[in-house]
Amino acid sequence: MKRKLINECTLRFPALSRNESFSRSVAAAFAAQCDPAASDIAAVKIAVSEAVTNAVVHAYRDEEDAGRRIVEMTLRLYSGGFLRIIIKDRGKGIEDIQQAMKPEFTTAPESEERSGLGFTVMSSFMDNVKVRSAKGKGTSVTLEKQLTTYENEQ
Amino acid sequence: MLKIYNDGRRITASISGDIDHHAARELRVSIDEVIASSRPELLIIDMAEVGFMDSSGVGLILGRLKAVKAVGGELLVKNAKKEIADMIRFSGLSYVIVNSEKRDYSTL
Repeated sequence: MKRKLINECTLRFPALSRNESFSRSVAAAFAAQCDPAASDIAAVKIAVSEAVTNAVVHAYRDEEDAGRRIVEMTLRLYSGGFLRIIIKDRGKGIEDIQQAMKPEFTTAPESEERSGLGFTVMSSFMDNVKVRSAKGKGTSVTLEKQLTTYENEQ
Repeated sequence: MLKIYNDGRRITASISGDIDHHAARELRVSIDEVIASSRPELLIIDMAEVGFMDSSGVGLILGRLKAVKAVGGELLVKNAKKEIADMIRFSGLSYVIVNSEKRDYSTL
């Protein structure tokens, strides 16, 4: 069955930690359009928060203008309540994606107190997590979830 | 937001709002200050007013657990909502959770 695109939105914001809460609130409001279960909204908020935090902490680390560099979040809602979220940066990229996705692995400085659980959390709250990255060019994280809506419970 | 109740031996850090990477920085600094100055036997993190927490909260708890152990104390997390308690369990830190929601809302 081909999914029909119902609505989409792209948000561009500087890689500042204050935008972690802003971007997850936007994602939650976007997902709320199809009236999903409250637990689905909570899951979307957590997964987006993890992905955006990764971009804020890692993508432009050690760059002088890090706080002005851009993170882009694209939200797409398809028929039947299928949600796809793409979070993209043009930063340093991830050297070894498999290693980065391992629980408790982190390259963040100790002062950041990252638990290394970001990708583990994303994977457990979403149906599908895809990571594409090229060194020096950036990273894109695609999060997909079939939302539980009134419509698809019928 | 953070309120600290300190009776000298026991410190309760009552957090309200969201715990994410942005909020964790300030929380960390304030809680570490009181751990260093009071060297408590017990640090209780009260999550009753926390509505959202991502893995940054796990980092916050792990870091404070280390800090309080370094002065010979213990750490407990209380009043965590189900999603938040689940997030803490992810990290294998179940043993710090007390008096929190276990109800499963997914079946409602």
